[in-house]
Formats: sequence, structure tokens, C-alpha cells
Amino acid sequence: MTDLPGLPSRRSFLKASAAGAALSGFALSAKAQAPQPPVPLDQYEREYLNGVEWAFVLAAVSRLIPSEGDGPGAIEARVPVFIDRQLAGDYGAASDWYMEGPFQPDADPLRGWQTPLNPAQIYREAIPLVDQWCTDQHGAIFADLDDDVQDAVLTALQKNEAGLAPELKDFFTILLANTKEGYLSDPMYGGNHDMQAWVYVGFPGARANYKEWVDRFNVEYPLGPVSIKGERA
Amino acid sequence: MARQEKKRDVVIVGLGWTGAIIGKELADEGLDVLALERGHDQDTVPNFQYPDMIDELKYGIRLKMMQKPSQQTVTIRRTESETALPYRSLGSFLPGNGVGGAGTHWNGLNWRPQAEELRLRSYISERWGEGIIPEDMTIGDYPVSYDEMEPFFTRFEKVAGISGTAGNLNGQRREGGNPFEAWRSEEYPMPAMPTTYDGHKFAEAARAMGYHPFPAPGGIASTSYVNEYGMQMGPCNHCGFCERYGCYQYSKSSPQTTILDALRRMPNFEYRTESEVLRVEMAADGRTATGVTYFDEKAGEEVFQPADIVVLASYQLNNVHLMLLSGIGQPYNAVTGEGVTGKNYAYQMNGGVTMFFKDEHFNPFVGTGANGMCIDDFGINNIDFGAEGFIGGAYWRSGQTNGQPIRSMPLPSGTPAWGADWKAAVGEWYGHAMSIGTHGSCMSYATNHLDLDPTYTDRHGRPLMRMTFNWNPNDIRMTQFMKGKAEEVARTMNPDLMQSSFKSEGAQYDVRPYQTTHNTGGHIMSESPTTGAVNKFSQAWDKHNVFITGAGNFVQNIQYNPTGLVGGLAYHTAHAIRTQYLSNPRNLV
Repeated sequence: MTDLPGLPSRRSFLKASAAGAALSGFALSAKAQAPQPPVPLDQYEREYLNGVEWAFVLAAVSRLIPSEGDGPGAIEARVPVFIDRQLAGDYGAASDWYMEGPFQPDADPLRGWQTPLNPAQIYREAIPLVDQWCTDQHGAIFADLDDDVQDAVLTALQKNEAGLAPELKDFFTILLANTKEGYLSDPMYGGNHDMQAWVYVGFPGARANYKEWVDRFNVEYPLGPVSIKGERA
Repeated sequence: MARQEKKRDVVIVGLGWTGAIIGKELADEGLDVLALERGHDQDTVPNFQYPDMIDELKYGIRLKMMQKPSQQTVTIRRTESETALPYRSLGSFLPGNGVGGAGTHWNGLNWRPQAEELRLRSYISERWGEGIIPEDMTIGDYPVSYDEMEPFFTRFEKVAGISGTAGNLNGQRREGGNPFEAWRSEEYPMPAMPTTYDGHKFAEAARAMGYHPFPAPGGIASTSYVNEYGMQMGPCNHCGFCERYGCYQYSKSSPQTTILDALRRMPNFEYRTESEVLRVEMAADGRTATGVTYFDEKAGEEVFQPADIVVLASYQLNNVHLMLLSGIGQPYNAVTGEGVTGKNYAYQMNGGVTMFFKDEHFNPFVGTGANGMCIDDFGINNIDFGAEGFIGGAYWRSGQTNGQPIRSMPLPSGTPAWGADWKAAVGEWYGHAMSIGTHGSCMSYATNHLDLDPTYTDRHGRPLMRMTFNWNPNDIRMTQFMKGKAEEVARTMNPDLMQSSFKSEGAQYDVRPYQTTHNTGGHIMSESPTTGAVNKFSQAWDKHNVFITGAGNFVQNIQYNPTGLVGGLAYHTAHAIRTQYLSNPRNLV
């Protein structure tokens, strides 16, 4: 079969089928529509994160949602791309938030966001400090540590025991929240690649029409997800 | 020098539910009506349309339909001795923004208060004696009775298009409805919505224990419907995108689906968006308002808008803020108990039990904001306060509103927040859990109130409003009572795992997790000018041409979601302006 210019390659489709387990009939058209595979993460053109930060985020999210076991990990879901784009946008800049002083970053956590820094600044300031802390404690930056040491560092960050200043104390909280957001949000934001995380948990995405399913009690919904842009998985 | 616009009969601040209701009623009266809306314009098409609206990240997480704290927010402290800090990013409550206000992104749960809730202090005094009311609990009677309000509740339900099953039609108990509700003069305009598997399971368990389940009443169309303004709603398809979203298919009650298109067509109505009202201006004698000054976002300048009647129809927090900035009502002083504006701020006390069933499928994405089955067996009019040692009550509901996986991912307690075990848990448990929620009352206290912050200012240089709020032992006891009862019901359902989330003794108010946007009080209704800011017609006691609508009118919060009472009070106010005020502008009480 000859591949036609501008249309998906038959060969790349077959490759995709072989790679994906248990593809449904809907998946056929999804793969057929996919114009080209995404840029590998190491060639991705970053919008906000610098090289050091990118290496940290890649390593951290791969421990927060690891690849092992069933379902995609954060790397397969391309969560780092999502985080990079979010930090480059109005979320990173906290453009909707009230960011006037005076600030009280050491306030009781129950009182919410009280640092003068926005999320993008927190990533920027916290990552080199965490890398330095890892070097002091473990002899290498975070990305170069073994999995179990990385897990121990993330646990220390979670408990605020990694020596970060109060201005940066929300770093782990937003890193984890952003990782889950990138895993489970619509793929148009760069994460949840191929809607694999939705397939894994069983969320049908933007189908948004279940009138006939209200009273089908205790019957598993059979259809896979669609995205806002109309892709299917 | 502010630009000055042509004088209007009526200027309305805010175009949400109550602004739209008052606007339509007064425009029908032939008045020249102008509404000023701080936010952007928005309508079902193009702003809410499918598929762009079905975006959990943008609307559910980044909250793009909500008020931006950079434009307006409050400061919050738990006690008088704490320094209030800004509510910098939204969490605990989510005020709306733009045309339609919070009426666009709500879940649609629409309730009337119980008759006893509107005369709570008298009800308690008659049954148990005034002595059981804690000294700092500033609850009172509403200056309107349920019987007076009944026609206005009916009117709002018919305009808003509410689905439900009456439990008490003119005093006759009706099978399948809420047997503990006050009388209603008419059936709901639409039959109740069907319920998903979780609500069905809960109803069976509750019925087996002798309770009285009924379908949740909601502003979600169960069928096609046309209201008195000629506005048409279409039946809901249970897409599961109500709360935090605009409805893309004209099924959820909102100002857009039920009032605004009819109002926009009227030649004597105009609205201006991106027009943020900065203060209400007063006549030299201080007894009436002359209009409002607003900031015109597009022109970048202040504008004076003269009007004969000013209606504050903005969100509760913003109404109180404008009153404090404009000198409407004496500010409440928590130490002396004197003053009225900012008094009796209250919130809502909710809890829940989550049950996990490994081998059962709930399809949690099949839902509506007002889905499910309820019981009212532990409502305010059904609890012996003297015996139980608290004042209050809660209705319960089991119904899935959405399965959006970022924010609706219940996992068994003890599941790690990240790592391989977290990933395994989301794969194992998504779609296998249901919950019973208890939606409870929150009483008013001398200590919980609103005033102006001494430190923080908004982009116009105005002081932010300061909220002083913490949980009170009475309301904690109420929710702990619900916990015990709800766990009993949950256990009879034999889940594989179950867990509870109820506030416990010593709980401090946490501004981070979403709780509810049911902020109430601050400009409460009262029998006399010394005890509240507005009279029974929502008319400011000290400025007779200023009317102030919304949940700020609540003397204490009710056990239900507030919209039914808010809508009823707005129609009550509009009726009073039409029938009593226009012919003879004066203090109506």
C-alpha cells in the first residue's frame, strides 16, 4: 500500500497498533488521525523551564507517577510538557491571584497561599536549592540519584524537611498537584498523552452525554474517551 | 473628574440571579433600568458551548469562570487576635464573575427553607426555652414568615425551572416527596430527575432504616420547559459538568437560560459589562442614594451613574463591601455588638461518608449537579435540640455530580499521595466509590463578622473587606451527630471500605480546600433598624431608595443550599418595589 502525502502512514498506524495493547475499534480511527508522533521529550522545545529545571521535573514526576505497573507513568503521559506550558502561562504567573503585600510566608498553612512568589518563580527558586541539598546530602543532583533516594528526597520535601525557606514551602504541593493535573487533564494541554491516563482509570473525557446511562445500574460504561479536539483513544 | 451618565430610574449592581430578577420585574413595570456588571458578558452560545466547556483544567481547576482575586478578594482571620491575611487564590469558596454570576456555575440544588428556620429563635424559645441558645449565638427570626414567602418561592421555582417531587402540597403529604418540607401551593414545574446507582443504593438503605428518601430538587431540566418569560430549557443529558461550568445545552437553571434573553430584548433595559461599582453616592442629607460611581474598564475612567433607585444585587461579600465603603448601615462592632453592616456572617457545615465497593460500577461521570436521593430526617425541624445539645440540622444526599478525575478521585484513606501505590489505587478505585453528603446549617455568632481591613487594598486603593470566621462548637456538635447517623446507614450497605470526613472538635477554618460558596449574612433582614441592615423588603433601613438582595439577607444560614431562598426574597423585594414603593417612595417599614 502506498502512503499518500498528507495522510497518515499505513506503516506508522500498524506500528502504533502493535505497541498499544487492547486497542478498540475507536482507537483505529484515532491512530489514523494522529498526524505524527510527538516530539521526544529530550527534543521538546521548552517554553519556561531551563535545562536544569527540566532535568529535575523529568526525574521528579517519574517518581511521583512512576512507569512501573499498570497504566502510564507521568513520563509516558508527557506530564513535563504540561508543567512547562502551565508555568509559561497565566497559572505560572499567578495572574488571577491577589499578589499585593505585605506577605507572611511563614503563616499557618491553613491560611493559604501567602508567599510573594508565583508558581513559576517557586519552581525557579526551589529547584537549584533542592539540587544543592541533594548534592550536600547524597553527593549528586536530584536527577542523578537512584530511585529510592529520589523518593526519600521527595518525602523530605513533602514534609518540609529539605530546608526550603517559608517562601518556597508550597513547592512540593504545587509540583504534585501539577503532576496530577498533567496526568488527568485534556491532552490539549500537553499531558495525558493519547488519553492513556483516562483509558487507565476509565474516564470517558469529553463525551458528556449519558442520558441512557443514568439507570443502567452497576454496568460498566463501555466506551473509551474522546478529547475536546475530538481525538479518540 | 468622573464622567457622568444620563440618569436612570434604577441602577442595579451585578447581573446574577437577583439582578436579573429585579431587572426584569422593574423593566416590566416600565422603568428605565440599567445593570452594571463588573465582569465580562457571557451567554450559552458562544461562551458555554460544547466541547470547549467540557474542560476540567480550565474551569474546574484554574477556575476561569470565577472572580479573580487580583480584581477582588477579602482578607481572612479566624479570631479577633489574629492578623487577617488575603485570600490570594481561590479555595474554600468560589464567587462567580461576569453576567449571570454564580448562577451560571452552581450545581443547581434548589431548596426552600423550612418554616422553622425563618423563625428560629422563636421556635427554639417556645420548645426548649431561650436558655439553650448560647450567649454568643446571634440567631434571630427573619422578619418574613414562610407563609408570606410561599408565593415567591413558587414564582422563583417556576421561572428557574426546578425539577422535583412535592412532599407537602397544600398540607397534603405526598408519596415520594420530602415529608418534612413546609407546604407548597403547587407541584414543582418539572418532574424529578432520574437518579444514578449511588442514589438508588442509598435510598434503599435509608428506607430500610425507616427514613424517608426523596429525589433532590434541582434547577436541572428533566424535560422540555418554557417559563413565564418565554425562556426555553431542554432536558439534561447528565453530562456531569455543572459545578464550576456553564451549561452548554440550556438545561441548568441560570439567569442566561431563564431570564436574560427576555430582559435583553426590552428597550427600557440596558446593561454594561466591565463596569465595577466602586461606591454608592449619597444625597447631602444622607437619607437617600443619588446613584453609583463605577470604574469603566474599557475607558479606564470613573463614571458617575445617577439613579432614583439603587439595587445592590452583587454577591453577598461584594454587597457588604460596597455598604461598608459607602456608609450604608452602621458598621458592626464585634466587641460592643452595636452596628449592623457586617453582622451575622455565616457559612455552611458539611460532612460526608465515602464507601468503596470493589466489584460495583458507579460510572461517576454520569451525573448532574443536583443528582441523587436525599433524606431530611435529620433536618432542623426534626431534631430535639434540648436533648442533643446543639442547634441545627442537615439534609443528606447521595448523588454523583461529576467524575472529573483531577478533583473527583476518592481513594481509601491510607493511600499514599504519590508513587506506585497512588497510581495503582487510581486504577483500582476510580468508579468504585459513592458517598453520602450531609449539608448542614451554620448559626450566626457575635464573633463571625465582616468589616474593612486596615492593611490590604484593592487595585482602586479601596480597603479589602476583612472576614473574621471560625468554626463554632455548636456546629461541630451538629456535624458530629450527623457523622454517627450517616456511618450507621453506610455500614448497612456493606462496603469493602468506608471513611468519614466531618469537622471535629477544635477544627480551625482552612481557606484552602473547597467547602461551599454559601457565604451568608452581613446585611441581614431585621424587624428593627438596630438589629439588621435591611427591612423585610430588603430595603436599607437608613437609605430608603437602596435595596440589597442576596444571601447577605440571611439572619442565619439555613441547612440547605441558599438559592431558593435568595430567589424567593428577590421576588418578594421586586413585588414590594412595584406595589408599594414606586407610588410613594419611603421607608416601607
